[in-house]
Parts: sequence; structure tokens; C-alpha cells
Amino acid sequence: MYGSFLRAIILLGVASMPFVARAATPFELTSVRIDLPDSDRMFPDGPGSDAINNNCLACHSAGMVLNQPALSKQAWAAEVNKMINNYKAPVALEDVGQIVEYLTGLRGAK
Amino acid sequence: MAEIGDLHHLITRRRLLGVASVGALALTSPSRAETTIDLPLPGGPGARPITTGFPQKGPMILQRTRPPLLETPFEVFDKGVFTPNDQFYVRWHWAVIPTDIDIGKFSLTVRGHVNRTLSLSLNDILHGLPSVQLSAVNQCSGNSRGLFQPRVPGGQWANGAMGNALWTGVRLKDVLDKAGVKPGSVQVRFKGLEEPVVADAPHFMKSLDIDHARDGEVMIAYAMNGEQLPLVNGFPLRLVVPGWYATYWVKMLNDIEVLNEPDTNYWTKVAYTIPDTPHANIKPGETNVKMVPINRMVPRSFVTNIASSQQVKSGAPTTLRGITFGGDCGVASVDYSIDRGKSWHQAQLGKDEGNYGFRQWQTQFTLPSPGKYTLLTRCTNSNGVAQPDTPNWNPAGFMRNVVESVDIIAA
Repeated sequence: MYGSFLRAIILLGVASMPFVARAATPFELTSVRIDLPDSDRMFPDGPGSDAINNNCLACHSAGMVLNQPALSKQAWAAEVNKMINNYKAPVALEDVGQIVEYLTGLRGAK
Repeated sequence: MAEIGDLHHLITRRRLLGVASVGALALTSPSRAETTIDLPLPGGPGARPITTGFPQKGPMILQRTRPPLLETPFEVFDKGVFTPNDQFYVRWHWAVIPTDIDIGKFSLTVRGHVNRTLSLSLNDILHGLPSVQLSAVNQCSGNSRGLFQPRVPGGQWANGAMGNALWTGVRLKDVLDKAGVKPGSVQVRFKGLEEPVVADAPHFMKSLDIDHARDGEVMIAYAMNGEQLPLVNGFPLRLVVPGWYATYWVKMLNDIEVLNEPDTNYWTKVAYTIPDTPHANIKPGETNVKMVPINRMVPRSFVTNIASSQQVKSGAPTTLRGITFGGDCGVASVDYSIDRGKSWHQAQLGKDEGNYGFRQWQTQFTLPSPGKYTLLTRCTNSNGVAQPDTPNWNPAGFMRNVVESVDIIAA
């Protein structure tokens, strides 16, 4: 209720001054403690799925990878190398080839 | 598992061990999908869960659980120009995000090429400096990336990686003046509390030129739409850079460093760069292109009350409504076409809430006879820049702002 009251005041303030305007009332913050959801989704079984599950899920969940469009082997290799070189992903060197193959085969990419 | 030594977070260590023994996982509960949505991404896949599993958030399109990428369902934009906090999109780079913020312990450091290093409490910021407010669009550089053709890797957003809020906070200029910027300063670098999982990975940081940082518009926000920010939108402090892409709007801002030489950190110099060409547009496969950091936004407009493939009556007035924004300035006009761009008609603009925010537009039109029609909408901003007729392309999928189309059927 306080929030909507405050919002009404702020909206009035802005209506009269389209650019930066002074806020009308003091504002207080409240400490926050939450739990973020996690994902236990694994990459679907197939050749190389162990390699991708073991190397890639530390930094990000599987969902976004599985949402990618069909990409060429070259494009996937560039992505995996970006993760290793730019984002310092601790991917075991012997697994890189398998991960790229897995991703390339994921959606029958050309 | 020697690589565990490289990882410095307990949660991550547990995860690495966890994924090595599949089947024995006992992680925290996954975000529950109530339903799914099918985003119209060319070639797919477009199916995404709608999640309500994120604290302080309502129903969101789940692009990635960890680190969170949550897209605003597009129908939200029909409700008004201010995007509700609980459906404002979410985008994080690194998975180590503090989930427990004590407002009594949080502090913002201002350091570097300054006369006085500052450590400001939230109380100092809320009550020790003049407060300002501004309506401004926060849009991901890669908003609409999933619509690029040929497709490019990255977050596969439809058009919902954007939102508009009324931001309340303090001027960055006032904070910098309090520290006293030394002569010879060239940039200001911003860092938040998020941390990479891997210790030697580049901490997320962004920089602005000193004159931009001191322009009196860039602000440090502690409220959006009259409420404190949801944690996943950057509580307690977020940089607001009006007219610039959201990559600069650093979340959980706790460190400001004034630099006396240009920032060369990865996130400013290498990531988030665009071809230095009109519309950041190149041909797929084109190489040897000069790249520059992404910067000012460009105009966009959307229909919000009629979805593609929707049926309307022919020979009767139909109301068309949407939102628009000018990018780095205000909106001059929104035009629409019902004949694939042969003729254009001006729509009525709604209330002006400020140059950098969403603005509603509305019109009525009558489709003369039954059949298929394509509606086009085009914003021209107050600098005279209009949305282009053809989509741009670049390998990162940045800065899409082509004239949007909606296919409708008159019956």
C-alpha cells in the first residue's frame, strides 16, 4: 500500500517534469534474502553427453544451450573455445572434440 | 578432478561433484514450469517454459535458469508504459549472485583517480544526496536476437528483453563530485557484486567516458516504479544510463573506479562490441570490420494489442495500440501501414513520460475487405532517425530495430 501511494506521488512528480525531477518523499529499503531456483536438467543422452554434462554445467544450466538454433560445427567450436579462452571454463582438453560433436549433432545442424 | 582447485565457490564445488555422479543429485528445487510458450523464432526451437519459480518475480519466460535469463511475456507491454517490476526481464552474466543483501552492511566504494576514496552506505545515498527520478527504457543489447536470420548464438530472446521503469536514485555526477574527480580522468568503471564461478574469469565491469558519467542524467537507482528493485534486477543499487543499452546498467553496483586511462577490461573492449557501420550491419561472414563498444539505443515500435495470426473484422473500425521509444532521444512520430508499406498513416501518441521511456501510441483503422493483411509500424525519433525497412545483421545479434510486422486476417 505504501508502495502504490509512493508511486502515485512519483508519477505526479514526473508528469510535471518530463526530465529529471526531485523525488517527493523519503524512501527506505528493506534487506532481502532469497533462494534462487536451480535446474537439474541434464543434456540428453548420446555420444559425448557425459563430456558436456561434466564440463559445462558448473557455470550455466543446460537450458540455454538446448534453446540454441541449429549451428554449424565451426560455430559450435567457436562457442566452446570462447567459453574456454574468454570465460576460463575449466574444460578438459580431451573432452573438447566430444563436446563440439555433441552440440553439432544436437539439432541436426548443418 | 584437478580443475576443482580452480573453482573457489563451495556451491560450485558441490555442483561439480554432483554432476559427476548423476542420479544422486539433490539440488534445490528446479523452477517449476506451469505452462509453455512458443516464441516465433525462425527455424526454432521456440518452446520455453513460463516460470513462476523466481522470488519477487511473476510469470516469466524461462530462457536460462542459472545464471538467470528471464524474458518478459509480450502481453505485459500492452498494460501501460511502465513494466511491472515482477515481470521486468532479467539477465545475468555470472552464476555467483549474492542472495542475501543486508542493507546495513552494503556499501558503495568510489575510488581510483579521485581526491577522496569514498565508502557510501545506503543511508548515505538515500538521505545524503539529492534524489532524482527518470523514466527510462532498459533494453538488452541482444533483445530480439532470436529473430536474426541467419540465426546467431547467444540468448535466444524474442522481443521481451526490454522494459521501462520510473527510476529513483541519485545522480552519478553528485557521487563523483563528492569524491572529487582528478584532472586527467578519462573513464569511470562500474562493477557489481556478481562473480564468475571460475576464479580467473573476467569480473563483469563496464565503463563510460568521464563526460558521459558526469552529464547529470546517468544515475544510481535505488528504486524502480516506486519500489526497491527485485534482487534479480540488481537490488539494492543499479546504474541507470538513459538511452544506452542495458549492458551499461550494472546491477548490484558496489564499486566505482575513476580511470586515468581507457578501460581495457574484457567486457568493455572485447565483449559487447558492434561493427562500426550504419545500423551495426554487416553481411554474414564479412570479416576485417572495425568493432566499437555498443552504445546508444535506436528507435523501436511494437503493436501490443493484436498478435500475429489474429482475426479482426473487415469493414469495421479496429483499434490498434502499441508502445514505442526513440532510443537515445524522444519520439517524433509513429506511422503504420496496412498495405505492406505502400502508404503510411500517423498514429496518435500517448502521454510523454520523458525522452527515454516507452510511449504508448494508438489508432483506428478499417480493413476494406476480407483477406490477409500485414501491419507495419515505424517510429521516427526526435533526432529524425527512423526504423529501417530491412533487418540488420551482425554476429552477436545486437541492435535489432527493423520495422515490425504483424500478420492479421480480416474476416
